[in-house]
Amino acid sequence: MAGATYSYDVLIIGAGGAGLRAAIEASAAGVSVGLICKSLLGKAHTVMAEGGMAASLSHNDDRDNWKVHFADTMRGGQYVNNWRMAELHAKEAPDRVRELEAWGAVFDRTPDGRINQRNFGGHRYPRLAHVGDRTGLELIRTLQDHTIHLGVTVHMEHTVVDLILDGGRVAGALAYDRERGRFHVFAAKAIILATGGIGRAYKVTSNSWEGTGDGHALAYRAGAELIDMEFVQFHPTGMIWPLSVKGLLVTEGVRGEGGVLKNSEGRRFMFDDIPENYRPQTAADPEEGWRYVMNDKSARRPPELLTRDHVARCIVREVKEGRGSPHGGVYLDIAWIKEKLPNAEEHIKRKLPSMYHQFMQLANLDITKEPMEIGPTTHYVMGGIRVDADSQMSTVPGLFAAGECASGINGANRLGGNSLSDIVVFGKRAGEYAAEWARRQSAPRLDDAAVARAEKTAVEPFERGERGENPYRVQQDLQETMQNLVGIVRNEDEMREALEKLAGLQARAARAGVAGGREYHAGWHTALDLRNLMVVSEAVTRSALERRESRGGHFREDYPDKTQEFSRINVMVKQAGGGAMQVSRVPIPPMPPELQQVIEEQTS
Amino acid sequence: MIGEATFKIWRTHPGGDGTFQTFHTTVSEGMVVLDVVHRIQAEQAPDLAVRWNCKAGKCGSCSAEINGNPRLMCMTRLDDLNLWEPVTVEPMRAFPSVKDLVTDVSWNFRVKKEITKFTPRTPDAPDGTWRMAQRDADRVQEFRKCIECFLCQDVCHVLRDHGKHDEFIGPRFFVYTANLEMNPLDTADRVPDLKERYGIGYCNITKCCTKVCPEHIHITDNAIIPLKERVVTRYYDPVSRLLRVFR
Ligand SMILES: Cc1cc2nc3c(=O)[nH]c(=O)nc-3n(C[C@H](O)[C@H](O)[C@H](O)COP(=O)(O)OP(=O)(O)OC[C@H]3O[C@@H](n4cnc5c(N)ncnc54)[C@H](O)[C@@H]3O)c2cc1C
Ligand code: SF4
Ligand code: SF4
Ligand code: FES
Repeated sequence: MAGATYSYDVLIIGAGGAGLRAAIEASAAGVSVGLICKSLLGKAHTVMAEGGMAASLSHNDDRDNWKVHFADTMRGGQYVNNWRMAELHAKEAPDRVRELEAWGAVFDRTPDGRINQRNFGGHRYPRLAHVGDRTGLELIRTLQDHTIHLGVTVHMEHTVVDLILDGGRVAGALAYDRERGRFHVFAAKAIILATGGIGRAYKVTSNSWEGTGDGHALAYRAGAELIDMEFVQFHPTGMIWPLSVKGLLVTEGVRGEGGVLKNSEGRRFMFDDIPENYRPQTAADPEEGWRYVMNDKSARRPPELLTRDHVARCIVREVKEGRGSPHGGVYLDIAWIKEKLPNAEEHIKRKLPSMYHQFMQLANLDITKEPMEIGPTTHYVMGGIRVDADSQMSTVPGLFAAGECASGINGANRLGGNSLSDIVVFGKRAGEYAAEWARRQSAPRLDDAAVARAEKTAVEPFERGERGENPYRVQQDLQETMQNLVGIVRNEDEMREALEKLAGLQARAARAGVAGGREYHAGWHTALDLRNLMVVSEAVTRSALERRESRGGHFREDYPDKTQEFSRINVMVKQAGGGAMQVSRVPIPPMPPELQQVIEEQTS
Repeated sequence: MIGEATFKIWRTHPGGDGTFQTFHTTVSEGMVVLDVVHRIQAEQAPDLAVRWNCKAGKCGSCSAEINGNPRLMCMTRLDDLNLWEPVTVEPMRAFPSVKDLVTDVSWNFRVKKEITKFTPRTPDAPDGTWRMAQRDADRVQEFRKCIECFLCQDVCHVLRDHGKHDEFIGPRFFVYTANLEMNPLDTADRVPDLKERYGIGYCNITKCCTKVCPEHIHITDNAIIPLKERVVTRYYDPVSRLLRVFR
């Protein structure tokens, strides 16, 4: 294998929850495993997750089980989910939580000493295993501390720029190390993409810099299919002030603990617009909502805990109709619970410690005394690489995907807490099946010419030097375009305009230039990220144009209703022969009668 | 508040040494130091190297020394600094330089690997789960808040001034060891290692580490001192030594 710096049976790109869990499983299967990540180990986006991970352990309510979780997930996803993935996820999540405890995770406890579970939007029963509001840290640290003893080779601060194929199947990847800017070729029999989300395509986002859709774009360029890219989740509660923290997440846990949304007139506007299919499960008045927060099992949830897409749109409406807060959002008030609880201040600090500090430190605001100003923020992408539900293999042989960069489980909208469980359930599966696949393969052949071409493209920004476009500026303009034209509320004209602008940005991105050496050069990194951001932005826009209806995270004011026509299809994009992006519709296979029945039982 | 500010940022030169470079830039209300660094990167110095990730104080990537104080750049508001004077931003000094504000912290990852991993007792229930009181969880959860920013390592004189990297694991890893030792499910014994390999004796409880911890972990009081006590009881307490001889 001429030219390969490293060679593994299974190469995992990404060390968030999905990548780490995959590494554990693949190494348990006895194959050699390499793990690459853009940041230091333990810093991946997963570290930011707050609220918890969903699994029907039924510790806090014994009516819960996998069927209810499955039905909740399908309803949240508006039934365009991959039902097999939703089924596997609901069935396997409890075991994935329990094994974390065996590896050292210390979850919050119930009075009888078991893992405690909290309420979250769209989940019928308290279902989120959590650690205060830093569950992601607990998850990633546990997996990290377990993985380092397994003989997995970790390449930190390496960025993969292209996948290398051998006659259609995966053969390896080309990466540069951030520290020195040198290229390294990784040969692999199987590759698992676990690269996370695309939030950085938008201006206001809760995502870290890593969320540039690399895995989506790597797979796309290698010929894989992306589905559901129109479904982007805008989280209803991000910080909006001060400007420098705009987009930073305010966990849904605030609402789970009794936080309410109010407009500038002091009205709890969420009671004004409760969708029909959620009405039977929603509190009739504030009093019932509070009883729910206090774990009264006969009470129904307050409307603040309706699905994220709905809450985000209600906020946009309030602001549009002139009832917003001074900085263009609405109020989220948890301080009011002092009317109900004698020790409210302590209670808030104990239940929401990071939120308390976040506002104290960044906004000079004490959430135990004053309401927060919040607005929607780009949070999560439901769309991603199309995979086989059981094995997580994409349509490119040997290329697997798991976690946020894969698609299927969430349908049109993800329920909070379902991602942390998704990444470990399917991370494990990807690791298992990739190892099995790798064992059956002969060593791949790495095409030196392809590697050389990929390297050459990657260093082009240096050839253009300072005469080229400033990559930061192109990135900002791209984010602005997506934010304004393909955001929470969409329409045909704006999205057509977005496509035109994207074409212009594409040309500018291709001219991006940087000067200086290759060592830890953030400008160069940004120039390379642009390629990926362009692919995902175009994919989101084209898919959103194709789906002429509104569903879940995708809302079109020109087609505000759900339609029968689109209830049975996923929108898919793929690179066509000439390099253009091709959009098509793929029918969703009918659900087997057993699952159909589960849904009927749960909705009746 | 919109105004001008002067920042002196550490830049390394190809040879390896470095100097402060002065930048003038506009600043506005609510900005943090990391925003300023990003602005300078986007407008004046595209190749300025800085490590960051979440910009929310959660990942522990953006550690640096701001006006000489070890802090997270993303959680240091300009309001807290005197902007009449130039603000200096330089890398953590206890670690080798990579470029500009980025340091080589790989030593920390190697140290962790050497510490005996979590070793739980057999599960309490037939379904493979354990029971633990919240009270016991609280104690370890404090240590598990650590975001591995390594600011405590940066400030500890045993590492920074005496370079005992081969004999001393540093406050971060005492916190890590405490989290394992005090986990009610764990059965491994790390006390001999604390004494012989982790060099806990070098710590003379100056508490500098505790002062800089952005997660407000009581590193010395809750982690190091109890661990030191375990070492003392095991090795120097006459009664327990006697008991061990006769066991
Ligand atoms: C603020 C916040 C709070 C959240 N809270 C919750 C919650 O409470 N519950 C919940 O279920 N979900 C939550 N989510 C969502 C959840 O955190 C993410 O969806 C999930 O962590 C994604 O995990 P992942 O393993 O797929 O990817 P990530 O954790 O994003 O990891 C991606 C990895 O891929 C690497 N990578 C990317 N591109 C490349 C490349 N080109 N080369 C090499 N490596 C690369 C990165 O370095 C990183 O290691 C939250 C998200 C945010 C932003
Ligand atoms: S208390 Fe001990 S570990 Fe902490 S800084 Fe001082 S000597 Fe170092
Ligand atoms: S103990 Fe505190 S200062 Fe030390 S690495 Fe952890 S979070 Fe940082
Ligand atoms: S960037 Fe994550 S802690 Fe500062």
